Amino acid sequence: MTLLISVFAAIIATIVWYKNAPKDTWKVGTLALMYWGASLMWMCDAIFEYAELKEEFFQPAAADMLNDAFLGLTVVALGLIIWLVVLLVKDPKGVLRAKLLAKKN
Amino acid sequence: MACFLVPATEAIVTTIAQKVLASKEKNMEIHHESGSSTVEKSHFSRKLGWLNNMLWGGSALLALEHVWHGEVVPWFPFLTAANDASSRSEMFHEMATVGVTMALLVTAAWVGMVVVSSRLEKRANKTAALVEETVKEDK
Repeated sequence: MTLLISVFAAIIATIVWYKNAPKDTWKVGTLALMYWGASLMWMCDAIFEYAELKEEFFQPAAADMLNDAFLGLTVVALGLIIWLVVLLVKDPKGVLRAKLLAKKN
Repeated sequence: MACFLVPATEAIVTTIAQKVLASKEKNMEIHHESGSSTVEKSHFSRKLGWLNNMLWGGSALLALEHVWHGEVVPWFPFLTAANDASSRSEMFHEMATVGVTMALLVTAAWVGMVVVSSRLEKRANKTAALVEETVKEDK
């Protein structure tokens, strides 16, 4: 479930990035790469888990699925927070810089 | 257990490599200008940035999963598996198998991205050269 949610987040972020490409003012490309990196890593985890559990892997308990879904959404939220921090630090539109300079003057 | 530490370590190495490369590339900017169309070659440090984003982002999000499952704690030794010898050997085994595969898979995906983007750049350069030739012939 966590893998599925992160893959969907990666796909949505990639579509948003592609829609605005080649411009990437909002740094959506960074967000998409972060989600793709996490998705690939979870895919590895899933492959190893499948090798261990076989068909049991596809029959998770409802409580586990709910917990994994909750974790997936938390992961998406953390990704968005990291992206927001990167966006504010890089400040591509110069909004924060202008505000800080205006305060100094 | 601690599989995310392997891609995180790779991320540290690639970030340092990117910083060194970026400072070197600043000194020798490569621009391909031809006629009316200009094709700018992407710097390798920029491409290395893609790998950094995937590795750092993936490691950070996986670290959250480990905190969620109680495998990473905010006190020493930070990894619950590091407390006793048997869990420690299990942890190292997981790092050597799952962790290394994770790092390799992300790196392989990045290599694919670099190959595709390099081919697209080459194709754009060829088109630009053709346009330049046509313009010269017309004159």
